[in-house]
Amino acid sequence: MSQLTLTTPILATADQILVNFKQSLVGLLPEILQTPAAVMLSIIPIMICFATLFALATWLERKGLGRIQNRIGPNRVGLPFTKTRLYGLGQPIADGIKMLIKEDIVPRNADKFLHFMAPVALLIPAFLAFAVIPYGEGIVPIDLDAGLLFFFAIGASTELVIFCAGWASRNKYALLGAMRAIAQMISYELPLIISTFSVIMAVGSLSLVSIVNAQSGNFWDWHVFTPWGLAGFILFFIASLAEANRSPFDIPEGESEIIAGHLIEYSGFKYALFFMAEYLGMFAMNGLSIALFLGGYHAPFAFLEGWLPGPVWFLAKLLVLIALFIWIRGTMPRLRMDQLMNFAWKFMLPMSLVVVVAAGLWKFLANPVFGWPVCGGLILGVHLLLSRSLFDARGWQKRTYRFAD
Amino acid sequence: MLGSGLAKGLKETARNFFGSYVSKERLPTIEYPEEPAVIKENTRQFPILVFDDSDDPMKTLRCVSCQICEKECPPKCIYIVKSKDKKPDFVGKPQLYPAVFDIDLSVCMSCGICAEVCPFEAIFMDNNFEIANTDRFDALLVKKEQLARPNSYLQKISPTLAATIDERRADVVVKAEEKKKADEAKAKAAAEEKAAKAKTEGTPTTPASTPDAGS
Amino acid sequence: MDLTLFIIGVATVAAAIAAMSLRNLIHCVLALAVCFLGVAILFLRLGAEFVGFAQILVYIGAVAILIVFAILLTRSGGEEPKPFFNSQWWYGLAIAVAVFGCLSFAILGGKSIQPQSITGNSTTVKQIGTELMTTYVLPLEVMGILLTAAMLGAVVIAWQKGERK
Repeated sequence: MSQLTLTTPILATADQILVNFKQSLVGLLPEILQTPAAVMLSIIPIMICFATLFALATWLERKGLGRIQNRIGPNRVGLPFTKTRLYGLGQPIADGIKMLIKEDIVPRNADKFLHFMAPVALLIPAFLAFAVIPYGEGIVPIDLDAGLLFFFAIGASTELVIFCAGWASRNKYALLGAMRAIAQMISYELPLIISTFSVIMAVGSLSLVSIVNAQSGNFWDWHVFTPWGLAGFILFFIASLAEANRSPFDIPEGESEIIAGHLIEYSGFKYALFFMAEYLGMFAMNGLSIALFLGGYHAPFAFLEGWLPGPVWFLAKLLVLIALFIWIRGTMPRLRMDQLMNFAWKFMLPMSLVVVVAAGLWKFLANPVFGWPVCGGLILGVHLLLSRSLFDARGWQKRTYRFAD
Repeated sequence: MLGSGLAKGLKETARNFFGSYVSKERLPTIEYPEEPAVIKENTRQFPILVFDDSDDPMKTLRCVSCQICEKECPPKCIYIVKSKDKKPDFVGKPQLYPAVFDIDLSVCMSCGICAEVCPFEAIFMDNNFEIANTDRFDALLVKKEQLARPNSYLQKISPTLAATIDERRADVVVKAEEKKKADEAKAKAAAEEKAAKAKTEGTPTTPASTPDAGS
Repeated sequence: MDLTLFIIGVATVAAAIAAMSLRNLIHCVLALAVCFLGVAILFLRLGAEFVGFAQILVYIGAVAILIVFAILLTRSGGEEPKPFFNSQWWYGLAIAVAVFGCLSFAILGGKSIQPQSITGNSTTVKQIGTELMTTYVLPLEVMGILLTAAMLGAVVIAWQKGERK
């Protein structure tokens, strides 16, 4: 985990194209405008990029799910006002326009102020979460010393807004949906946060920039290629599926069961904002897991380090994780509420504590030759024990048929 | 082990995903207006009337306006008016023909009962489903000129059914011909016998008419 | 005084007043959450990163939700708007004036009211961690025991409720 030094000029420029571009732009402005301009130039490209990625992700999801389900996804809506189909890439534009022109229905007894503010207030943490993720060498909007804590604090404030959204509709089913959504999010916050403790222990800092710097080198230096990192990544991944209300944890917005739960009374653009906030939350969680476990913006091999800018590698890893999210959505049926909660409290929480212990052991057994069997064995052993005992505790018997035999 | 079922499921969906690009079996979608829809032989859509000779379709319709299909039709969408005169059918026997044969497009439910009960193999179910039009009134009544199709069309859309029917009709024609020949032969024989009998009865002077085997 | 500090302070106090005086109880809780946010921003403004984010994480992310759940689970629905002025409002006024007097006496008499420049670097998380583990390890362990007791109590309550069914 050595600090990579950029010595050759080619390596330096290819990686720093964006930073130099921004600095040259800022340098063109008069003195008084430089700080606001620098801040704006950090924020606005990120907002635009992730909003575009949101549109692309909806398209990817529909096509990907379609192919998984043996059908073609949308393939008719291409460029607007032309006849080209373009594999359906115009579909997000069409969806956006549809959401915008829908009638905005507010129930008569609803709390008008909260009903209006809830989608907006949900987007604020969603966008704020992108502020601490490092996208490249020196490309991070704010380099906070407690960056990881900031991220989790932002995630926690999302829950109160979801409650607002459900309560403002004055609909008992929306309220129930909101309660269930909050219960799910709180339950999965714990495994989410505890599974990152191992990374914090290994690196010794809460700052995401230093966590990414600690993974520089080749791809076997990334945290995911250690036993605690692999287990931590899997736990973080599952917990982020639950935090983003994605299948198989999408009971709060279960489309076929409770018809959008806490979002039931929101139509048109407000629903689009909720949808966007969910996807942005998903991207932020993925970005964080890339920074924590998958080496951030580093290339897989050290010699590739300067040839492409950091954000390109980040985007590639992000797309892989998004594809994984879509793959899992297409594979697994929805978990029931009690199954969800049992999974979080009875399985994931003990496993994440065991991962922390394993990370500590890894630090003490400095040699990976001992580290892998001991830590890996500990994690696997606890996993097998827990899963077997929880399964047996359910007391399911083999199904017997009375008449058909 | 917890998670093994998940892995198996993920493998299966990955197979689906990548297989949909290479094999037809994993992507059975037919993009309809561009690619033709797959139609089976015994599809029922809207009825057609079959005629035998393309030179004179209306005079060689197989329908003899027996009105059985009109009576059996559940929503009563068929309207038939018999003709006043008769014309010969495919074996030569004079039959009535329909002066008016209308089917209401908005009422017909494509049950196929009219085709099932027709004793003259005159009405069949088409497999063309693109018959919608934008009129609300007159164009929804399909007349016999629009319903008529040649036998070659029936052979195209239902080959096995048309083959069976053609075979049967050919047999009927052959039998009718044989019967006609047999009738002619019998008539000739009867005529000859009558002439012979007239001849023998014309000479009454033979006294001893012994009952011989010869009359 | 700093303009931003002034604005944040006014917003926090306004949210606190709203939390006391709004008719609808859930609105009060949400105003309280805004008040917590104001306090967190104050912490961040003063350079205490860890405390500020912990304030958001704990207060807004857990305490506010706890209060909301408590309200929803104990009220039987149907919020009647309470009258703004109670009949015994002068008791409340007297106690409020007394508390205000005590607090201002304590703050004005203490030594931290003089504006001082922030000396040294803002404390990093590492320093907080080291202090917790060395100087303040006893309060840390006591807090751990307290939290464990609370969690056990919650489990026991949930268990009993389940068995009573």
